[in-house]
Amino acid sequence: MDLFDPVRWQATFASMDTFWEGFGFTLQVVVAALILALVLGTVLGIFSTTHIKVLRGISRVYVEFYQNTPLPVQVFFMYAAGPLVLQSLTNAPTPVRIAPFVLGSVGVGLYHAAYVSEVIRQGIEAVPHGQMEAALSQGFSRAQAYRYVILPQTFRIILPPLCNQALNLVKNTSVLALIAGGDLMYNADNFVSTSGYLQGYIMCCFLYFIICLPLALLVQHLEKNSNKTPRRHRRKVAVAAGREA
Amino acid sequence: MEVFSATNLAFILRGFGKTILISVLAIIFSIIVGTVLALVKQYCRGRLRVLSVIASAYIELFRCTPNLLWILFVYFTVNGNDVLISVLAFTLFTSAVMAEIVRGGLNSVPKSQFEAAQSQGFGFFQSMRLIILPQTFRKIIPALFGQCTTVVKDSSYLAGINVAEFMYCSKVIMASTTSLSQILLVYGFVFLLYFALNFSISLAVRSYQRKLVAA
Repeated sequence: MDLFDPVRWQATFASMDTFWEGFGFTLQVVVAALILALVLGTVLGIFSTTHIKVLRGISRVYVEFYQNTPLPVQVFFMYAAGPLVLQSLTNAPTPVRIAPFVLGSVGVGLYHAAYVSEVIRQGIEAVPHGQMEAALSQGFSRAQAYRYVILPQTFRIILPPLCNQALNLVKNTSVLALIAGGDLMYNADNFVSTSGYLQGYIMCCFLYFIICLPLALLVQHLEKNSNKTPRRHRRKVAVAAGREA
Repeated sequence: MEVFSATNLAFILRGFGKTILISVLAIIFSIIVGTVLALVKQYCRGRLRVLSVIASAYIELFRCTPNLLWILFVYFTVNGNDVLISVLAFTLFTSAVMAEIVRGGLNSVPKSQFEAAQSQGFGFFQSMRLIILPQTFRKIIPALFGQCTTVVKDSSYLAGINVAEFMYCSKVIMASTTSLSQILLVYGFVFLLYFALNFSISLAVRSYQRKLVAA
């Protein structure tokens, strides 16, 4: 393998434009998908903790469907059947073309909304009811109780898994390459299959790394923090109660 | 034209069989490699520290890059039949995830277990095999099986390199028709089968988890 062949590297760097183009497109899809996933996921997560059976059912069915079927199949489905469905809905003369950007951000966003919903649900359920009651009994208003007591605890719990989801979301946008989406993975694959130079994949790997490594480090940092504070607190409580932890 | 003829159905189910075969092999290999990686990352200290750094770098590299990239990469570099390529690509990738799961399990075993084992005269490998790892695996079984559903789902990426697995086979069938109702029918079938497989794994994990909490 000519991994260190300078000519091949030169050719790779010469076509950096297509790589950056794909990189930018991937970033756009990531942002759109992330917004969709967070909004829809939060709504579904709150649905699953309400007392209304119908809402809980909707959330349950959604989460089970999206978590148990593959993302590529979902996106393929939207890609193949979507235009035909839109055609029959709008009575258009030809199948309605869906832009890759829409396919990517909606497909990946819907998929990750299911995961975000589970994270939100677990975050809400992890804060005991007693916390709200205690805050109210101390004279906090309900809004204040949420602001100062409930939400800080929820955030600490859900932030690491949410960032982890963001990381997975970035990686999953590569599904667009399967349907000629013009994202980073697709452009890199195109480069490799036309030039035959493996260097394209390495460059692609590096570019994904640029997006994902900060997220991965953030997850690590947050996990360390979310473990640290309660434990220190616990020891303080134990010491105050006269027994060393 | 009817898409669900006997030959088409046999073709599509053979694809489903291949999906399961690839997933099972990939999961077995990546649990083995992942455990080794986790042990190296966790316990190689002193002069062997460089190994620990390498294991960490491997895990971070594969955590931060998409699965599809490694499928294409292996497809491009390795000559072999489609099952070999698929299993290799998935093992490369999934090992890193498995390693993180195993490491989480190792961290949850109290340190005193290790000290107790050593005070009883167990060597490192003996205490790992007989005391630490059994406890680790009992704790991480839910996460491991959760990862299994991910592998089954992600195996559909293999359609991108024309491995004749479930997704690819159903795409071939679908290409033979242009009627919307037939396409929807095939997709319904594909979703149903993937769902049935993954949902039964999820249900098994949940019932195991309940048992674990109850115990």
